[in-house]
Amino acid sequence: MSTIANTIFSPELAARFDKLVTIYPLRRSALVPMLLYAQDEIGYVSDAVVTEIAQRIGILELDVRNVLSYYSMLRTKPAGKYNLQVCTNISCMLRGGYEILDHCKAKLGIGHKQVTPDGLFSLEEVECIGACCWAPAMQINYDFHDDLTTVKVDDIIETYRNGQGKDVK
Amino acid sequence: MPTLVSHPDEVKVISRRFGMGATDIEKYIELDGYKAVQQAIAEGPEWIINTMKTSGLRGRGGAGFPTGMKWSFVPKQSEKPKYVLVNGDESEPGTCKDHVIFREDPHAVIEGTMIAGLAIGSKLGFIYLRGEYRYLLKIVEKAVADAYAKGFLGKNIFGTGVDFDIITQTGAGAYEVGEESALMESLEGKRGVPRIKPPFPAVVGLYGGPTVINNAETIANAPHILLMGGEAFAKLGTERNGGTRLFGISGHVERPGVYELPMGYNLRKAIYDVAGGIKDGKKLKAVVPGGASCPVLTADEIDVGLDFDQMGKAGTMLGSGGIVVLDETVSIVEFALRTIAFYQHESCGWCIPCREGTDWIKKTLTRVHAGGGTRKDVDNVQYLAENMMGRTFCPLGDAAAMPTLGFVKKFRKEFEDYIDGHKAGTPIITVQELVGAH
Repeated sequence: MSTIANTIFSPELAARFDKLVTIYPLRRSALVPMLLYAQDEIGYVSDAVVTEIAQRIGILELDVRNVLSYYSMLRTKPAGKYNLQVCTNISCMLRGGYEILDHCKAKLGIGHKQVTPDGLFSLEEVECIGACCWAPAMQINYDFHDDLTTVKVDDIIETYRNGQGKDVK
Repeated sequence: MPTLVSHPDEVKVISRRFGMGATDIEKYIELDGYKAVQQAIAEGPEWIINTMKTSGLRGRGGAGFPTGMKWSFVPKQSEKPKYVLVNGDESEPGTCKDHVIFREDPHAVIEGTMIAGLAIGSKLGFIYLRGEYRYLLKIVEKAVADAYAKGFLGKNIFGTGVDFDIITQTGAGAYEVGEESALMESLEGKRGVPRIKPPFPAVVGLYGGPTVINNAETIANAPHILLMGGEAFAKLGTERNGGTRLFGISGHVERPGVYELPMGYNLRKAIYDVAGGIKDGKKLKAVVPGGASCPVLTADEIDVGLDFDQMGKAGTMLGSGGIVVLDETVSIVEFALRTIAFYQHESCGWCIPCREGTDWIKKTLTRVHAGGGTRKDVDNVQYLAENMMGRTFCPLGDAAAMPTLGFVKKFRKEFEDYIDGHKAGTPIITVQELVGAH
């Protein structure tokens, strides 16, 4: 039973959060992980997520929003079920990162931070994801895909479209 | 998934267990794992710190501060608990070495964290990974759980009466959090805005307690150093630059990858021998030698040893070991713009020289790139960058200014030719495509 009545999270995540706030010297240290894990489950950091996390940690909603707005992976609107994050930073750019990004835009018919009408895919141009030696690279949700070519990207997108890609929670 | 590479010139210390299944704790133990920490418990803090000092190990995050000395700065007596904080917020463009360590040898990071804890008298360590590294966080979390199950972590570790705990932590996307004081802010559940120094973390750090903060590669070196001895490690490198380090060679080379080379290894050989030379037989134009923040070297400047001092003398930095290679087809104007666009995006906005400087350099270079620049713009970019240097609380301002200065000073003629030739010309790619996302 979660310490919060009427939690918006699944019993598993609620139990995880119950524990998470107790392991640090200060409860607030759980804030950034909680926001990310909540987003993984809900799809984005909704108003209800902000309210419950503030309550769980014992800080103001304003404090939560202040932190939320700083971190680039946290979003306040839903993304697609599969969020393509294409790196165009220097190492990827040198090996065709922009061609990959343009290809994704054309293939999915959407631009940066947009979602396909069926809600299946969204696209983001991101900064260095730490896959420089295997460039060009992208992440779909949390999965890395590297040494990309436009042909490889087509295959990857089809795999996800057919429901055979991973969907990391 | 990262592909492991190999070259005969490599000296494998930290990468010794890569590709050998060392994420499995039994395999790690079989490969001499958790021996060093037991020796460290037996020998005590002074021995650990002296061995680390003798090893000549310098911080692998980029600043190159001697690790043994950093550990010795932590006061022996402290009313507040002391902490070890491992920086795995690897975000410097061109850098992916910690990625490989977490994936291939997570127990080395855990064991190193314990050793640092023993050295400074701490009972709690944190391993902080960037949010994008979720699959690596899972690997590290499992390794930590396995170490607890074996009695290597927790109360009375190895039956010695010593207690040590490790907490793993995820970030959520922020380059700035790689700076040590911003990292502590993030771990305390705040925006990753740097703190004013002094006081330094060794005195007032995490939760106000004395804290040692080390890069993941630095920490993962500790068990190897204790096992092989400080002198043996030091001998692998050059004077005041002990050991080996992981170099991530990316960009226009035939065999990009993360290679472990002795400190002081020649940069030209690293590019042409180890990484197989320039891709598709093209000519070398320039090298960004240690992550995006390091000033560029031209093709004529690469006969230099890869250690902190020799790179400093060459007017650049060893940085994070991320060597980015540019062939003759690269437009420095475009490359400089992409670099500053990154720093402008990541500036936390606290210090005005960084916030405004990165923004105005980006705006100016955007105009130049689009074909509307004047020669005075190049002077202006240089002026802005010079006035950012040393005027911010954390190194991000310098990190943005230094490469910019390198580009406009060493490739000034290319900027001028570009400006003169593009008065009515077409940019290589549109501005929206290049920086529109930011």
